[in-house]
Amino acid sequence: MALTVLLSCVAVLLGTSALAVAAARRSVTTVFVYSVALLVGAAALAAAGAFLVTVAESAETMKLPIGLPWLGAHFRLDALSALFLVVINLGSFTSSLYGLGYGRHEPSPGRVLPFFPAFLAGMNLVVLANDAFTFLLTWEFMSLTSWALVMAHHREHGNAKAAYIYLVMASFGTLALLLAFGLLAGPDGGYAFDAMRSAAPSPGLSAAVLALVLIGAGSKAGLVPLHVWLPLAHPAAPSHVSALMSGVMTKVAVYGFVRIVFDLLGPPQWWWGAVVLMLGGISAVLGVLYALMQHDLKRLLAYHTVENIGIIFIGLGLALAFQGNAMRTAAALALTAALFHVFNHSVFKSLLFFGAGAVLGATGERDMERLGGLIHRMPLTAIAFLAGSTAISALPPFNGFVSEWLTFQAILLSPQLPQWLLKFLVPAVGAMLALSAALAAGCFVKAFGATFLGRARSSVTQSAQETDAYSLAAMFILVLLCLIAGILPGYFIDALAPVTRQLLDAQLPLQAQLKWLTIVPIAADRSSYNGLLLFVLVATAGWFGAYVIHRWASHALRRSAAWDCGFPDASPATQYTAGSFAQPIRRVFGTLVFRAREQVYMPAPGQTQPAQFHLSMRDLVWDYLYAPVEGVVGFVADHLNKVQSWTIRAYLSLVFSSVVLLLMVLAVWH
Amino acid sequence: MALIYDALVQSAQLALVLALAPLLTGYIRKIKAQLLRRRGPPLLQPYRDLLKLIRKEAVLAENASWIFRTAPYLIFATTLTAAALVPTFATGLVFSSAADLIAIVALLGTARFALALAGLDVGTSFGGIGASREMMIASLAEPAMLMIVFTLSLLAGSTQLSSVAAFVQGPEVGLRVSLAMALVALVIVAIAENARIPVDNPATHLELTMVHEAMILEYSGRHLAVIEAAASLKLLLYFSLIGCMFTPWGLATAGAGFVAYAIGAVSYVAKLAAGGFLLAVFETATAKMRVFRVSDFLGAALMLGLLGALLLFVSQSA
Repeated sequence: MALTVLLSCVAVLLGTSALAVAAARRSVTTVFVYSVALLVGAAALAAAGAFLVTVAESAETMKLPIGLPWLGAHFRLDALSALFLVVINLGSFTSSLYGLGYGRHEPSPGRVLPFFPAFLAGMNLVVLANDAFTFLLTWEFMSLTSWALVMAHHREHGNAKAAYIYLVMASFGTLALLLAFGLLAGPDGGYAFDAMRSAAPSPGLSAAVLALVLIGAGSKAGLVPLHVWLPLAHPAAPSHVSALMSGVMTKVAVYGFVRIVFDLLGPPQWWWGAVVLMLGGISAVLGVLYALMQHDLKRLLAYHTVENIGIIFIGLGLALAFQGNAMRTAAALALTAALFHVFNHSVFKSLLFFGAGAVLGATGERDMERLGGLIHRMPLTAIAFLAGSTAISALPPFNGFVSEWLTFQAILLSPQLPQWLLKFLVPAVGAMLALSAALAAGCFVKAFGATFLGRARSSVTQSAQETDAYSLAAMFILVLLCLIAGILPGYFIDALAPVTRQLLDAQLPLQAQLKWLTIVPIAADRSSYNGLLLFVLVATAGWFGAYVIHRWASHALRRSAAWDCGFPDASPATQYTAGSFAQPIRRVFGTLVFRAREQVYMPAPGQTQPAQFHLSMRDLVWDYLYAPVEGVVGFVADHLNKVQSWTIRAYLSLVFSSVVLLLMVLAVWH
Repeated sequence: MALIYDALVQSAQLALVLALAPLLTGYIRKIKAQLLRRRGPPLLQPYRDLLKLIRKEAVLAENASWIFRTAPYLIFATTLTAAALVPTFATGLVFSSAADLIAIVALLGTARFALALAGLDVGTSFGGIGASREMMIASLAEPAMLMIVFTLSLLAGSTQLSSVAAFVQGPEVGLRVSLAMALVALVIVAIAENARIPVDNPATHLELTMVHEAMILEYSGRHLAVIEAAASLKLLLYFSLIGCMFTPWGLATAGAGFVAYAIGAVSYVAKLAAGGFLLAVFETATAKMRVFRVSDFLGAALMLGLLGALLLFVSQSA
């Protein structure tokens, strides 16, 4: 029933996409497309949510006679796909609502409207697919539609290059997944997921599959070192699409990883967890360090996606390590933390991209060095962005804290792991997680401070107006969700129980019945957290402080020039910029990670030349990994170019020698 | 009935930290002055300062937003909540299930986040310098703190403060290298978090190396009073934290009688006096560091914490 509803939703989205191609130039199309996407998103969200909380134990399957004739298209709805459908359709609901307002300013709607519903349909289909062919086809469909959306503003500087790199990386990732499914299907070609589930691959084979899935899903999710396309492509798209790509599409990649590794690949080895943990820890720290160095607001947010994907993979790696040692409850805790962070990140990352889009719409500017003081002109957007910043910085009482807290609790269970590598690795990864959380707070003080606080750094903010009601509604729905998931996490953790039961055959104790809505992942004397109580306590303490002050303190208030130690300067250039804010952190971490070098030239007293400051930073991942590959590909392509101008004789002899060679190989083989 | 009794203990603790916090600040100032052979301000001076400040007119910069006006209350509220959750004279507080050690650290993170934003709000160079350096310090101090939490909770098998205190009081603790490392790391973190010498100087805002004082430079009147109260609460909180985790002797357990509570209170005050004296001596004996040396200082804390946790991970087997 729910599966039929969801597939009909997808069909409606695809139909809307076709209609939008036909009528892209009419202004009513914008309203039509986003309204349909809004309603369909709501319907799919309701269907998937209802499935997850009521009948998640049983899976629904369906086979449609499309696709490969001997295979057909298999679809399946189970707890895991229902959870990710909730994430996808929550994102599509809010971004459609946001698009109703934001989409009106679109200069070329014909480049966005046909692809937007198609992109949503693609993501839904990936999660529903139940055979390798359908999965890969819809995965590629999702990649291509999002590529088209990245190309929407193709005339802007850098966007075409970003889209090109995205396309190359997406194709590379799909290739890796194709090979992974090929290995899973085996020589008999069992491409249906049910056949893969029942097969038992050998250890060597499953190691190869794991590596390929890490490349395929990891490149789409943005794991370091496969992240390079992400901070280029996500900001290039229109902001509601950026929100979808960063908040939701990366989660589809996480889904791909979870589906293959936890569901199809059979029982895990402990060292899988070690590999995934290492990649997750490196992604978390490098992602946030890259983000700190940015001054483009949307690119900063995109780098934070790399960080949060790292946090999610830390949880997944812990789950694999525990599961490999048959510690089921601990694995359930780690997986719950990862999946809860999947939900949380999709909520606050969408919210932050919406906020960045509102700023972009009001000022036409993404560069934080030219913004400032927007809290006075866009107060509601500022509140929403502040809530998102607090949530992503893992500060209570918002939701980001709860999932990171659960991850820490899982880390604290790991001394019981018997392997020495894990004993050393897990505390180091814990330190990396703590470091990334602390740096994220610094980064969002910078992002919010440079954009919304202080004084305007350029004239672009002069005419800024509060954004429209649709955008605000979309943002405040997400703010509310951040808060609810933060103060009532028990209900959300319980909703994840069917998923851990399905994948690990274990679950956390049910949380919602506990006294005072406290969450207790393991045992009460071990650890507990109560977001609601904490929220009430902070609110009461704040009220108490304010009451005492207003009862007994002087009410006199005077506005005057800033004090600034007696030397206030009227020029806004004297205030701290995003770059100067990050300077201490750059100096502590960046000299190593980015080879950051600062050169200051101070003219001697009496001379009139300006002082100069030069900063150089290198992206080592690009320099040492991608640049050599790019060089080799270029070299090979240059030399293969000569083949194009061969004579017909040379071509014929090439064909002949290849045939002989192949026949010889065959002869040796048998 | 038991609930009411527990609630009374909890409120007594709340009142105790609120009342004692400025006194502790005054006490440390007094000792520092005496060590320099000055007479120093009277012990009760911080209370007088607070009273004076709240009677004064508050001056706001022209472009200060609501963030600037609400941040003091938020900082005060989160710090007070955190201080109410750290056992001072008795464990087993009513609200102790609301937040474990990790959550208490994160609550202080919320306060710092608000303070850094307030520092950036007016758009002056000093506010920015303070906020930027504070976040740099925090980026090392917070992971170090979490590593300390890891060490203790691995030993005690719990991140709840009551359980940690009960474990350290118990017989099986012994002398452990990890605990010593965690203690040193925690002292370093506490010094950095409370803007004490050698990381920052609480007595002046005329140095270019200032951090905390630079962020609150624009505050005046009642807003400044609230921030000052929160700062002394935070100092008290770190003393309580060290006391509760490393010297939990005399700490009364939940539901103990009045005598146990009285013993707990007396030993708490004694711990504060000893700790404050040590801090004053340390501050007088050391010089302020250059700001970029702070990262080495805190890096040492982070490494100690990590090493302590690592030792436990390696020594505990299934």
